[in-house]
Amino acid sequence: MARVLIPALLRSISGGLVDVTVEGSSVREVIAALERRFPGIGERLVQADRLRAGLSVAVDGVVSHVGLREAVKPDSEVIFITALSGG
Amino acid sequence: MPNKSVVEFTLNGDTRAVLCEPSQTLLEVLRDGLLLTGTKEGCSNGNCGACNVLLDGVLVNSCLILALEVQGRTVLTVEGLARPDGTLHPLQQAFLDHAALQCGICTPGFLLSAKALLDEKPNPTESEVRYWLAGNLCRCTGYDKIVRAVLDVARASAPAAVLPEASANSTAVS
Amino acid sequence: MSPSLCPPSAQSAAPLRVVGTRPVRPDGIEKVTGRAIYGADVTLPGMLHGRVLRSPHAHARILNIDISAALALAGVKAVVTARDLPAAADKVEDLGEGAINLKYLSDNLLAGEKVLYHGHAIAAVAASSTAIADAALSLIVVDYEPLPPVMTASAALAPDAPLILPGLHTDRMGARDPEPSNLASHLRHERGDLEAGFARAAVVVDRRFRTETVHQGYIEPQAATAHHQVDGQITIWASTQGTFAVRSQVAEVLGLSVSRIKVVPTEIGGGFGGKINVYLEPVAVLLSRKAGFVPVRMVMSRTEVLTSTGPTSGSDLRIRMGADSSGKLTAALAELHYEAGAYPGSPVGAAAVVGFGPYVCDAMRVDGYDVVVNRPRASAYRAPGGTNVAFAVESVVDELAAALGIDPLEFRLRNAVQEGDRRPDNVPYGKIGYVECLRALQQSDHYRTPLTGRNRGRGVACGSWGNWGGQSSGTAALNPDGSVSLNVASTDIGGSRASLAMQLAESLGVAYEQVKPRIGDTDSLSYNDVTGGSRTTFATGWAAYDLGQKIGAEMRLRLAAIWEVPPETVNRTADGFASGARSVSFAEAARLTCEESPLMVSTTVHPKGYGAAFSAQCVDVEVDPETGKIEILRYTIVQDAGKAVHPSYVEGQMQGGVAQGIGWALSEEYVYSPQGELLNGNFLDYRMPTACDLPMIDTIIVEVPNPGHPYGVRGVGEVNIIPPAGAVANAVHQATALRLSALPMSPPRVLAALQARRARESKV
Repeated sequence: MARVLIPALLRSISGGLVDVTVEGSSVREVIAALERRFPGIGERLVQADRLRAGLSVAVDGVVSHVGLREAVKPDSEVIFITALSGG
Repeated sequence: MPNKSVVEFTLNGDTRAVLCEPSQTLLEVLRDGLLLTGTKEGCSNGNCGACNVLLDGVLVNSCLILALEVQGRTVLTVEGLARPDGTLHPLQQAFLDHAALQCGICTPGFLLSAKALLDEKPNPTESEVRYWLAGNLCRCTGYDKIVRAVLDVARASAPAAVLPEASANSTAVS
Repeated sequence: MSPSLCPPSAQSAAPLRVVGTRPVRPDGIEKVTGRAIYGADVTLPGMLHGRVLRSPHAHARILNIDISAALALAGVKAVVTARDLPAAADKVEDLGEGAINLKYLSDNLLAGEKVLYHGHAIAAVAASSTAIADAALSLIVVDYEPLPPVMTASAALAPDAPLILPGLHTDRMGARDPEPSNLASHLRHERGDLEAGFARAAVVVDRRFRTETVHQGYIEPQAATAHHQVDGQITIWASTQGTFAVRSQVAEVLGLSVSRIKVVPTEIGGGFGGKINVYLEPVAVLLSRKAGFVPVRMVMSRTEVLTSTGPTSGSDLRIRMGADSSGKLTAALAELHYEAGAYPGSPVGAAAVVGFGPYVCDAMRVDGYDVVVNRPRASAYRAPGGTNVAFAVESVVDELAAALGIDPLEFRLRNAVQEGDRRPDNVPYGKIGYVECLRALQQSDHYRTPLTGRNRGRGVACGSWGNWGGQSSGTAALNPDGSVSLNVASTDIGGSRASLAMQLAESLGVAYEQVKPRIGDTDSLSYNDVTGGSRTTFATGWAAYDLGQKIGAEMRLRLAAIWEVPPETVNRTADGFASGARSVSFAEAARLTCEESPLMVSTTVHPKGYGAAFSAQCVDVEVDPETGKIEILRYTIVQDAGKAVHPSYVEGQMQGGVAQGIGWALSEEYVYSPQGELLNGNFLDYRMPTACDLPMIDTIIVEVPNPGHPYGVRGVGEVNIIPPAGAVANAVHQATALRLSALPMSPPRVLAALQARRARESKV
């Protein structure tokens, strides 16, 4: 079961839960599992079959380059973050 | 169409003659007329020093000099600093050795400015160097290595030099 | 094919021969002799000159543009307006440095229905000389309907504020507010119990701060030359931080396939993030086509650079922090309002992560607001977002430490993040060197030397920055004489050619002088992310390392074939290669292995382990009570570089960032009239530090190797600009007992604060 940290602005959909465990072997599956549990959360994270523009996902502390396709292990931690840029 | 005139002057040791309009600056004529683009344009109103050249040995902002003003006079640009055999001017070499440039756009201006300083004052203190170079803006280096390079050249060419105000060198800690 | 990107397991096994030394940069001669070609130096036969007409109004509807008189002027070859641009999709593209909405990018290049800031481009002219082009601009007649300008975040968020962008609704992580607004987006990070955290604090400090718009201030104005050929092939010579970013933006905005566009990098005179978004390139392409497929060069004036290219955001900040009596933080709250300029996209997202980034704190909430105003659209500026928020946070931390009687560095040590601790967005830190930086500063000669004298004070501050990996590609060819030609796409804005050549030389075991680096155009290599985000020495360095490994491997294979021995028996020696009793020098091996066919290798990388950067800084100031002028007496910057490939250039990055941070702290700001006209769009009145304003900047490089890179490199370009404003503010407090809460701390403001205090005290 992957551990997902729910972003602050989505906790109104997760009933205030910050930290949930769901099943999934990819970020896509994890989001689908989240959607089943908290309807409406999926469209906040995904648009046109990609992570919404401006969002990234870190799995086990490493920011993913492949978004929804990123593999998730049974004990992984998944965090959705705002994509940051430098200059 | 404004009347063009020929301006004849000595540039980096050679006599040149260029056709120019009355409103054209020396900077424009150097860059667009003579295709010597080593002298740079940073601000167009004399506030950054990127366009520095020596006019009869005096440091000027070429963006504020009309081309016609240099008739019969001597101009030195960055392209004229090294010797014909390729030997770099000590300032050019010092800038390389001290890593006193990052993007390098301000470097030609600083080289001319520093040359003018050392021509007039072979033994400047750090404060004098900073005061003199205050007309040259650099956004990359914070000036530290530029000042060190200029002081180094002064020290090397003036054996009885007054030691500049010392500062801590960089240290590496693992 | 990307390598597995696993650094050698024994990172410190063999002593490094090249990495860590200070050779002369390979492009040095061109730069000191004035031969290097920067953007404005490009000259092509028959070239025309392009100039841009810009809005005098901060906010206005465009009713009509009449270009007929301009077109009729002798020497004018083409005039373009927004009508010449294809309709842009309301589409968000990731063009390499954050997402850009193409509709906004296109509108920024040539205004459509409205002008949104003083200096907004409206039309462009190509003519046979710059003088004629400028004369043509004055013949273009534009009818405006001026609208009330909205110049600050607070004005933009006031009820009934004029709306700047039609159809802009606030985005809250994917949810869209029903009513239109000037608030483009709201983000939030939150963890723990804030109320409980503040309740158990022994001291709570709650302060508001304001920072003004500042510009990257690169000395070279934007310049680009474009040639649209008759057959549709387009070449652009660009002074840019990213040739592929230029290619993507031009392709998207003009609705073209990238295969039609080749971008050739010139040398670049400073970028700092400001030369990633395009302003001139697509316009130059349009002009080139319209003028009869003739090359067009466009160069901005300094005033245009300041009015019309992206500065960074001004901001309103509220920071509230609490600590217990032992100096441990119990709660931290931030409300960050960043002015995005005319289109969404301020760096408030990064600010929200790095402001509290150096601090361990279980109860935290950060709210970030991206607000549009009638100013030019913000562009990245060296650690975008970081300096503003750090000014505020570091000032509040200083107050907390002082209230608790704890030394400011000691306070930071007690709350310092280490490996495994979490950022405000909960991403855990990997191996970092923050504690090491604090300790190095504590032990420094500067910090251990007491400061004496009237009106003098010392301040410290720290900063964190996430850095970036990104994508790089490269090729390398072995020449028969043993030299290596290295081809990379990362444009060199500060001397990175040297560190890339050094990393390949180290990897292959050859001398630095044997590697010839060059920067290729977009046709010669595959995609490469911009030079920025502290990525180049790290990620393109990875590519250079991998190329060295590949050349060595290929040489071994070929020697094995030539010597007719199994490849496993061929070994690299100090001087070359050997197998059994046979040995050759590297040069001889190169000759042998290149004889039958050329030896060339390629790589593409997208490395992940870039590692966060930290810096701790200390400044001594003297404040003149009669003029309010703040003099910097002494400055020390400590920064963790992981491994300094070329220490002189690492020092240079540290010093340069500090200098920019000091300018931001003391003198730089955009000054607008009430009508929204920029009043100080020149280098006299936009006051950047000169050599007179700074002392020597002492650097201490800490090296906590980054496990994500073969030589331990951690990007160094950005974090250095984050602490100076906070450090100076804290020093001013020690000197004067004044807490200044607005940037810049310019003489008039400091004097006003001193005089106000004198007036208050004389009334007591």
